[in-house]
Amino acid sequence: MPKREAVALGIAAIVVSVVLPLCNMLPAGSPLAISNFTLNLFGKFLTYAILALGLDLLWGYAGVLSLGHGVFFGLGAYAMGMHLMLEIGSKSVYQSALPDFMVWNQVKSLPLFWWPFHSGAFTLLAIVLVPALFGFAFGYLAFRSRIRGVYFSIITQALALSAWLVFNRNEMNLGGTNGLADFKTVFGFPLSQQATQRGLYVLTALTLIVAYVLCRWITLTRAGKVLVAIRDSETRVLFSGYSPAAYKLFVFVVSAVLAGVAGALYAPQVGIITPAKIGVLPSIEMVVWVAAGGRGTLYGAVLGAFGVNWIQSWLTTSYPDLWLLFLGGLFMGAVLFFPDGVVGALGRLGARARRIVSRRADPAAATPSVSLGRPTP
Amino acid sequence: MISRSTVLLSLVAWLAVGAAGHAAAAPAPAPAVAAALTDLTGDDADKREAAVSVIGQTRDPKWIQFLSALRDGSVYTRARSGKTELVVGGAKATKGDQDVIDIASAYEREPLGTVPLTDLKEVPADRRLRLAIKPFLDADETQAQLANADPNVRRGAAVRLGNQAVAAAAPVVEEALKRESDRWVRHALAEALALIQLASGTPAQRAAAARSLGDLHSESAVPALQRLVADPAASPAERAAAVTAIRGIERWGLLTRTVETLFQGASLASILLLMALGLAVVFGLMGVINMAHGELMALGAYSTFVVQNWFRATWPSHFDSYFLVALPVSFLVAAAVGLVLERGVIRFLYGRPLETLLLTWGASLIIQQGLRLWFGAANVDVSSPSWLSGGVPVMVGLTLPYNRVFIIGLATAAVAAMYWLLFRTNAGLRIRAVTQNRAMSSCLGVRAGFVDATTFAFGAGLAGLAGCALTQIGNVGPSLGQNYIVDSFMVVVTGGVGKLAGTILASAGLGGLTKGIEPALGAVFGKVAILVGVILFLQRRPAGLFATRGRNAEA
Repeated sequence: MPKREAVALGIAAIVVSVVLPLCNMLPAGSPLAISNFTLNLFGKFLTYAILALGLDLLWGYAGVLSLGHGVFFGLGAYAMGMHLMLEIGSKSVYQSALPDFMVWNQVKSLPLFWWPFHSGAFTLLAIVLVPALFGFAFGYLAFRSRIRGVYFSIITQALALSAWLVFNRNEMNLGGTNGLADFKTVFGFPLSQQATQRGLYVLTALTLIVAYVLCRWITLTRAGKVLVAIRDSETRVLFSGYSPAAYKLFVFVVSAVLAGVAGALYAPQVGIITPAKIGVLPSIEMVVWVAAGGRGTLYGAVLGAFGVNWIQSWLTTSYPDLWLLFLGGLFMGAVLFFPDGVVGALGRLGARARRIVSRRADPAAATPSVSLGRPTP
Repeated sequence: MISRSTVLLSLVAWLAVGAAGHAAAAPAPAPAVAAALTDLTGDDADKREAAVSVIGQTRDPKWIQFLSALRDGSVYTRARSGKTELVVGGAKATKGDQDVIDIASAYEREPLGTVPLTDLKEVPADRRLRLAIKPFLDADETQAQLANADPNVRRGAAVRLGNQAVAAAAPVVEEALKRESDRWVRHALAEALALIQLASGTPAQRAAAARSLGDLHSESAVPALQRLVADPAASPAERAAAVTAIRGIERWGLLTRTVETLFQGASLASILLLMALGLAVVFGLMGVINMAHGELMALGAYSTFVVQNWFRATWPSHFDSYFLVALPVSFLVAAAVGLVLERGVIRFLYGRPLETLLLTWGASLIIQQGLRLWFGAANVDVSSPSWLSGGVPVMVGLTLPYNRVFIIGLATAAVAAMYWLLFRTNAGLRIRAVTQNRAMSSCLGVRAGFVDATTFAFGAGLAGLAGCALTQIGNVGPSLGQNYIVDSFMVVVTGGVGKLAGTILASAGLGGLTKGIEPALGAVFGKVAILVGVILFLQRRPAGLFATRGRNAEA
């Protein structure tokens, strides 16, 4: 990892995972205090950032655009949600050992596939393995038959639509349209207490840092170089004796796992997971986080996930009609005017500023800039 | 509940009285009716209800009218020369400080002059009494409907008579059958007659009725036939006839269901084709996946809505022809928006399909939200022109709705036009040239940019046309496009890039397959199965049904 990035990462890590929670512990009146609501909101954004990292690895580096990552997010979130539902036990509204929605739906006994989720260890395993296996199966079929480019994007979009339809069905015993909600405790800690929420936040922040380091490490290895090569010319990589399908499959599974972990951290913090999070629109929204932040940089994805969602939470409360217009504009603007996102635009701005400064300082040394094209990742 | 059973009982009694009731059409009421009229003025609810049955069973139109008046609460009693007399009230007026009313005699409706309202006592018609009256009025109405000018009304009446299967109706049905010339009404009448005979004929008649129901392929007769089979009193001949009839009807049902599924498949395939045509030609030419295609469809649908409202407001007498105007208008509106989109933004992104995909998705969100802000989030109401409502009955138990037939026709016409355009015109030649080799065609003087713009506009216009057609079979709302777009993408992916034949075959295959497996799996899991099927299919043929071969394959 470049030294500058390591320093920046260290500072960001301390701010996000130590300073912000400490600010939250300050009494409400103090000027630096962060409200519980804001911290919770940030926690949600951080889970999105984890997902965006995986998506950036997949799209920004390997050039594979997935429009179905909401599905993997949902798989992780539902796995966690199922465990949390079972943890409620008979403290639910109907005082039944079954989750409430099963009581409504006249389900008499717990479906077989719910049983293992009584175990916390199994749940943690499922959060990783279910998205990984599903991503592997789907990716294997897709990449093996060389479905690529827009074809792959459309297939993943159809995947998101199908998953959304299926999760909406009551007979899946996953809560139907209402999803899973009303969680009480997570691994024994009551969710209503701010300490638990703060703990979840710190956990999310640490996960994000680990995920970032992992993704950065992948991009710095030889495999990372191959990924970029696949993005730029898959055919040439194939003819050079590499198997693009294997590399793409690997990175697809990694991003699926990151999405699943993000979902699992999302469920207890937000307190609800519904099929609305895994449909076509949320899945493609995830792509715009990466596009707006700047793809192929990793930190751009994190910033994008944070920034876009912050704007969303502000717009949907203040000007609900405008949000979709803004989102549409963001898609178009990001593609047309900021192909390398906010990060790229800032970088170019910085480069220009530096050039002007250096020209002033030493007119003779001012050489015409060679290329302002997209920064190599 | 007593009232229901009493009514049924009285209907059974009616069968017994049957045509004899007609004889009671004499000025002086028959003794039974006279007694019933006396009961009617009394207080005993059961007696009053029985009285209604007696009066209704005369089946005398004038008594039926009397019952109708009774139901409306305009029957009164007045004391006259020591006797109580029933009269029917007419127009009310106020004379001086008195309310007065025109009255007429109960049966003949002879005017009896105007009397003060205070001289009369209303015969109350409570809910129970009204319920008792209703079947008689309905039966009367059904008879009237059998003489209606509209064959659909006659057919409906015949079906109703068949479902009621009241023996007394048999002569009426027979008479109507003699007069009737329309094929489908005749069929319904014959079915009704057989059902009546099955319910109340002699054993020989019942056997014959069962046979004729079998010949008529009467689906609605199956329960009655099954009852006959289970009836221990039935003769072996009847039972055998019923069993044969049921088997025949079931076989026919299987046939109609198969034809219906095929038709629904063809109809869905046409919708998919209409949507995918525009998408496919643009994808083939420019490698652009137009995510806003669904919203262009929604624009077409809303254009239809606007044209409809305009016709309704300014030209109501020609309302039915609005759809003929809406078709070209929706094409033009969508094409114009498509042109703006292409010239405005998409042309800067050629050769970058993923970016274009995101860009058009953004455009789709904006169009969608714009529609929502302009027309409201709720669905709008587009009514079918009268020549598209209803359907054409092709065989017993199967009616093909006109709107579906129209869509199949429209899709066929669109494909034919597309073929003609692509392979018989100079413009088509240029489109194919640019599709095959953009740089080379440019070198040879084809204005590639112009071809792109017109083709994109044409594809968008086709989407508008599809949206216009969709107003006839589905809801029109801001998210109209979202419901269909993924399906049409699947068609394009399965069909292969830029191949018209692939698009046609893929939409036929996916449409037929969807309708074929829907009954077994349900709509949702059917869709999932289709996705799995497409992925597996792409294992065999990664570039779709008709892949581009040779040096153009790797773009």
